[in-house]
Amino acid sequence: MNTFSRNRRSLLKAGGTLIISFPFLPAAFAQARNPVAGPPDAKQIDSWIAIHSDNTATIYVGFVELGQGCSTALLQVAAEELDLSMDQIKTVRHDTHITPNQGGTYSSAAMHRGAPQVQRAAAEARQALLALASQRLQLPTDKLRVESGIVSGRGDDNASVSYGELIGDQQFKLAFTGTAPLKDPSTYRLVSKPLPRTDIPLKAKGTYAFMQHQRLPGMLHGRIVRPRGQGAYKDGVQIVSVDNASITGISGAKVLRQGNFLAVVAPREWDAVRAAQLLQVQWQQPANLPGNAGLFQKMEASAPDDRIARNEGDLAAIKSAAVTSDFTGYGPYQAHVPFAPNCALADVKRDSALVLCSSQDIYNTRTNVSALLGLKPEQVRVQYHDGAGTFGHSCWDDVAQAAALMSQLAGAPVRVQFMRWDEHGWDTYGPAHLGKVNASATADGKLLTYEYHGWQHHWSLIESTEQSSKGTQAAEWPAMAAMQINPLVLGGQYKIPNIKLVNHHVPGVDYLKGAWLRSPLDLAMAFISEQAIDDLAFKLGRDAYEFRLQNMFDAHWSGVLQAAAKAANWQARPSAQKLSTAEVVTGRGIGLGTHLASWGGAVAEIEVNRKTGVVRVLHIAGAIDAGRVVNPSNVENQLIGQLTQAASRMLHEEVTFNTTNVTSLDWSTYPILRFSEAPRITPVIVQRILEEPLGAGEEVMAAAAAAIANAFFDATGKRMNRFPFTPERVLATLG
Amino acid sequence: MADSSNSKFSLNGSEVAVTASADTPLLYVLTDELHLLGPRFGCGLAQCGSCSVLVDGVEVRSCVTPLSAITGKTVTTLEGLPALHAASKGLAKVPEFTPLQQALIDTQAIQCGYCTNGIQIKATELLAKNPSPSEQEIRTAMNGHLCRCGTYPKIITAIEQAARSMRGKA
Repeated sequence: MNTFSRNRRSLLKAGGTLIISFPFLPAAFAQARNPVAGPPDAKQIDSWIAIHSDNTATIYVGFVELGQGCSTALLQVAAEELDLSMDQIKTVRHDTHITPNQGGTYSSAAMHRGAPQVQRAAAEARQALLALASQRLQLPTDKLRVESGIVSGRGDDNASVSYGELIGDQQFKLAFTGTAPLKDPSTYRLVSKPLPRTDIPLKAKGTYAFMQHQRLPGMLHGRIVRPRGQGAYKDGVQIVSVDNASITGISGAKVLRQGNFLAVVAPREWDAVRAAQLLQVQWQQPANLPGNAGLFQKMEASAPDDRIARNEGDLAAIKSAAVTSDFTGYGPYQAHVPFAPNCALADVKRDSALVLCSSQDIYNTRTNVSALLGLKPEQVRVQYHDGAGTFGHSCWDDVAQAAALMSQLAGAPVRVQFMRWDEHGWDTYGPAHLGKVNASATADGKLLTYEYHGWQHHWSLIESTEQSSKGTQAAEWPAMAAMQINPLVLGGQYKIPNIKLVNHHVPGVDYLKGAWLRSPLDLAMAFISEQAIDDLAFKLGRDAYEFRLQNMFDAHWSGVLQAAAKAANWQARPSAQKLSTAEVVTGRGIGLGTHLASWGGAVAEIEVNRKTGVVRVLHIAGAIDAGRVVNPSNVENQLIGQLTQAASRMLHEEVTFNTTNVTSLDWSTYPILRFSEAPRITPVIVQRILEEPLGAGEEVMAAAAAAIANAFFDATGKRMNRFPFTPERVLATLG
Repeated sequence: MADSSNSKFSLNGSEVAVTASADTPLLYVLTDELHLLGPRFGCGLAQCGSCSVLVDGVEVRSCVTPLSAITGKTVTTLEGLPALHAASKGLAKVPEFTPLQQALIDTQAIQCGYCTNGIQIKATELLAKNPSPSEQEIRTAMNGHLCRCGTYPKIITAIEQAARSMRGKA
């Protein structure tokens, strides 16, 4: 399967094009690294590592802490290669004036792209330190050993020198070539250990300051004023009239307006909240959306830009198939809705700006904010402060732009806290997906043909603040892998001789705004595709696990399949053989999926109340193979989060909208999974210590979505063709 | 609209006086005037539990509780939980972490950590009333608190561990 491997690499590369290109600037740091408009030169070791006189080190990384633990895991990687202990090493706040640009913290990239860079920089620094120690101790480097930053001769502890003594607070002045030899993984002391995260005690105690806690002297509180719930992306916000007098009773409150961007500021937060509520505005709200009811019809009827994503063999082979499965399925718009609505704080002056925000890609935010303000990128400093878990591109860019614009208009620092309805109603949602699959197998259980057609629109390039304030036209991102059908999820798990995948790119400005939501499109694709695979097994009278295993070619896929099945104590039998007429029926299902790298397998056990239509997920076992897992505790948490969130997305989550605007604006109209229904989770890690680390932040969700859908069939003998599994849909399917 | 007025209440063992309009939600007073990090904005609609505090020992959503309703009452926030624990157990010294905080750390039950304020406030209220809750009782008590990261299973484990730890020291 060499062809397939190349496809995989090109996918990864395409996924990586999210990185915004940037000029390399010369590093000009003082020993303590003063803030200088970045990014620091990624080709210099000093941009990544500083050794201090007290024999500690600071590692400068370009990936942000989102609660996934990368700030701890990346330090493990650096400490491992440098032979430091964890208490000798720290990192600093992500800041365009301090930290290197490693691209955005998405596509599960922190370990996948980030760890190799940090590891190689640390190895190169260690090599340089050993060369210095060799001179100092008059011993060849191969006679030296290092422990906790102390270099000594092997077998002679009397002669030793510390890193701090060798180079403390001086620069390496060394090119980062990436050529230094790396440690043998069999000697790892820190990598692969479940070390506790450094941020958790502070968060537990409540002394951790989130973005929402940041304040600046003289700052005003700001709120955006706009319709509750976005309309069609192309329409943006359209103001007919504003009655500024309607808020004159609120002391200090002031209306800010640029184009169709409308906001209020006030010295006190509650006054800003009230002013935003009381300000009388008339909006034009064109009825240009299809509404939930007309969404998929409109997508399929559009004139999509078609692209063949994979085409091997000849689908005409289906003529000799013993069984076929023809299935159409639908995945809804789903929202990021971080637990804390996004927040940003900006202080814009005539020729400079400081923006504090929760951007997962501060250098890209700098580009957008500087363009909005009419400043040069290097005049804008963007600092990352974490908010609540965001799971992709929620409103962090929009709120950063809004705070910057409001500060510029108000002539004072402005803190903008999105309201709950801003975050729910003006998100860049994970786009809806329509998929049609036709698959077949031979009588002896071999997959024979597979054809998939998928429809969805791209992500939205222009943020609402820019669109409304400057009148910039709505536009889509240029095509990239993660917003199109995913060959890894669509039959890529199996050996299929005849396969064709067609991506139908729906022109996207007549819909809701879109962006990447954790495991973009994959849940919908696996929900559709893996039900067809399951259906073939069923029609052959075969066990769903054994049928999949028989059709595999890659030890990574079979490894996660077997690991998930074992964790769930899977007993081989065909699905839906013991259908019950009881009110509450149970079933189990299995599924495979991933995102752009890694491999995920899951088994779900669910119960369906046939009278009320309520579905509960009781247990999910989810296995990931993400290559070398640096911190298994972090990955275990990621699995628990992914599997719980996948259950939430399959059972509850759907953005609702009519023809004019989004109507799911809070936790009541956009419910998510709660404590009472949280499934038991069994996370399983397939550790491959000799391989490079891959992503682990989203790659089991698609498998879990498929497993839940297949469990529904096992329980009821019916297939859901649309999620979330609301009671109404369940009852309609059960008939 | 209410006029600005002076409200006095007890906050984490100290008497405080705040001048703000009487309809100001307690949350904005705690965060903007008193600069606390515990209670935090999540929805402003009493739907998520992000802003929860204890008022006279009962969990209350501070985002919809007007300042006027708090006058003369006793408010405990996340910051005050170690002292509250010490008082309830008659400890001579306020511990750095409550048993629940220690359990959350031990089980690494926190991802982004934003929801932990409300989680801890509600679980504190639960454990004060019911020192040995069953898993089902924990799920029921906590059901009004959301966690978008999906850490529910570990939070349940941590609350069970905290309950065991507190019973052991009782």
